Amino acid sequence: MPAVKLQELNPEQVAESQKRADLARQSLYYMALMREVEERIERRLYRQGKVLGGVYVGRGQEAIPVGSGLAARPADMLFPSHRDLALYFIRGVTPRQVFAQYMGRAGGLTRGRDGNMHMGDLDRKLVAIISAMAASIPVAAGAAMAIKYQKKDDVAWVWFGDGATSRGDWHEGINLATVQKAPLVLICNNNQYAYSTPLSKQMACRNVADRAPGYGMPSAIVDGNDVLAVHDAAVKASAHARAGLGPYLIECKTFRMTGHSAHDPADYVPKHLFEEWGELCPIRRIERRILDQGWGTRAEIEEIHARIRRETDEAIEWAGNSPYPDASELLDNVYGS
Amino acid sequence: MPSTYVEAIRQGIREEMERDPNVFLIGEDIGIYGGAFKVTAGMLDQFGDERVVDTPISESAIVGAAIGAGFMGLRPVAEIQFADFISCGFDQIVNYAAKCRYRWNAPAPIVVRAPCGGGVHGGPFHSQQNEAWFAHTPGLKVVLPATARDAKGLIKAAIRDNDPVIFFEHKALYRRVKDELPEGDYTVPIGKANVFRQGKDISVITYSAMVHVAAEAAARMEKEGVSVEIIDLRTLTPLDEETILASVRKTSKAVVLHEANLTGGFGGEIAARITEKAFEDLDGPVLRLAAPDTPVPYCPPLEEAYLPNADKLVEKLRWLARY
Repeated sequence: MPAVKLQELNPEQVAESQKRADLARQSLYYMALMREVEERIERRLYRQGKVLGGVYVGRGQEAIPVGSGLAARPADMLFPSHRDLALYFIRGVTPRQVFAQYMGRAGGLTRGRDGNMHMGDLDRKLVAIISAMAASIPVAAGAAMAIKYQKKDDVAWVWFGDGATSRGDWHEGINLATVQKAPLVLICNNNQYAYSTPLSKQMACRNVADRAPGYGMPSAIVDGNDVLAVHDAAVKASAHARAGLGPYLIECKTFRMTGHSAHDPADYVPKHLFEEWGELCPIRRIERRILDQGWGTRAEIEEIHARIRRETDEAIEWAGNSPYPDASELLDNVYGS
Repeated sequence: MPSTYVEAIRQGIREEMERDPNVFLIGEDIGIYGGAFKVTAGMLDQFGDERVVDTPISESAIVGAAIGAGFMGLRPVAEIQFADFISCGFDQIVNYAAKCRYRWNAPAPIVVRAPCGGGVHGGPFHSQQNEAWFAHTPGLKVVLPATARDAKGLIKAAIRDNDPVIFFEHKALYRRVKDELPEGDYTVPIGKANVFRQGKDISVITYSAMVHVAAEAAARMEKEGVSVEIIDLRTLTPLDEETILASVRKTSKAVVLHEANLTGGFGGEIAARITEKAFEDLDGPVLRLAAPDTPVPYCPPLEEAYLPNADKLVEKLRWLARY
């Protein structure tokens, strides 16, 4: 699509176009930051033995947390999945804290008590995932019910993969939330694999969204590798929830461009799928869009990447210097007062 | 006028709801029906359906939603219709609620109420006493009141507590035990045992409905010249080890009694702690009386054979008295 000349637009259209350009550049920054941080964790720190436990990344799926996370308001409660690292950056968690978290250091969000994406911060309204898939759904439903009881117009957002939709918690939580008309936005990253299990063995319906009518809930299917499309769908879904109309499901079609975790070479995935989906990389796509629309120059894009590399280098060094927690902390905080 | 155990719990919940608008109830059939055991009778009329939330049959969602509301500053009280069904919400309790404070400093100030216990011919799925599943999970507080007075004071303390509390109410006690309740606002501290009966020869360490079985056996032993002390634990975790050890050091003999089946039951933990920490004070082996390792059977002769009772306890006490 050719760039629209600004002088042909009225002031409102100019403002709108400017907003779109800002969103695109912001999206590029967060997606590229997530990609870079996860590349370092999965392909360097893990292989160097500096990150020990599991490593689950969202390579190729960055548009989903970024597009939706930028549609959320600061007071909204977020329940990320393990492939949604960008949500943490959007909420102000730093790459330093993320590297320290993965390395089990005191500077991580859990002070070494849990690893990888198992981190949260109630002050930032970020809730930590647990390993059992879909366990966040009923919890997010309860947060949404509380928002309604407190008569606020905030929304609870919960992210999950296609595999999570097979668990009872997914169904119980959504059913409760829809019966209660709670302000809940559900975002599925349908990346077509749950560990080694392809979608065809996960469910007999074609789309995750096909399940929504069974709960009397509206849904949308979007191109999960198009960050602006995800954003627009998320704005619409959250407006629905904020208006008191109940939960809304967005299914983002995407692909897991990696194994289940860093130890998994994903030999079970046909190679051509990686090639085909690699062409649809959400970061490359937003860069092309920015250039095509005249929202930025190649030099500006390169500067974003350079800035991220600098931030990441510095953050890894900081995290490496962060001490491990002292073993004397072992027994602390099992209970409160 | 004395109040029953069920009235005491209801009063405690009502007072907390009147005191704090953040307290709300969530569970199956707790609204218009007032709960399977009528613990929440009248609450819907008084507080409305925003604070008395009837749910679908979804134990996991009930517990999970309570946790989520807790993160938002509310004080949820969830009812599991029978303790037997708590297994359907197990992951939310033991993996989510129990660990979130330790993992990322997020408290889950929830109460999960669970009517438990046998003696009501409920059969294998309406009779279990499954506290040990939760006492084994760090991060949970496990509370089992035996009296109306404690039931009220402990439910109020549980609602005010900032950690997840699993609150086991014994079904057979709901309308069977009564107390004159103290006037006004009072709580009973979680983590503190009660010397239910003073004695000098043998300690019976127990909790929940078995406290009353112990009282019956103690009265009979008194006639035989054996003075039995009864420790009502009231809370299993955190455990009041001090009160247990003080009693055993005084009497030098101990029987641990619970309604749950023997193997892996909490009684093993108590017996172990006594032998580890008060071995020199003991004049006999620490005995356990518990149900056999079977599901809880339905028909009266089988269920009677299953449940610990005063006859079985008297037998243990006589043996230990002679030792």
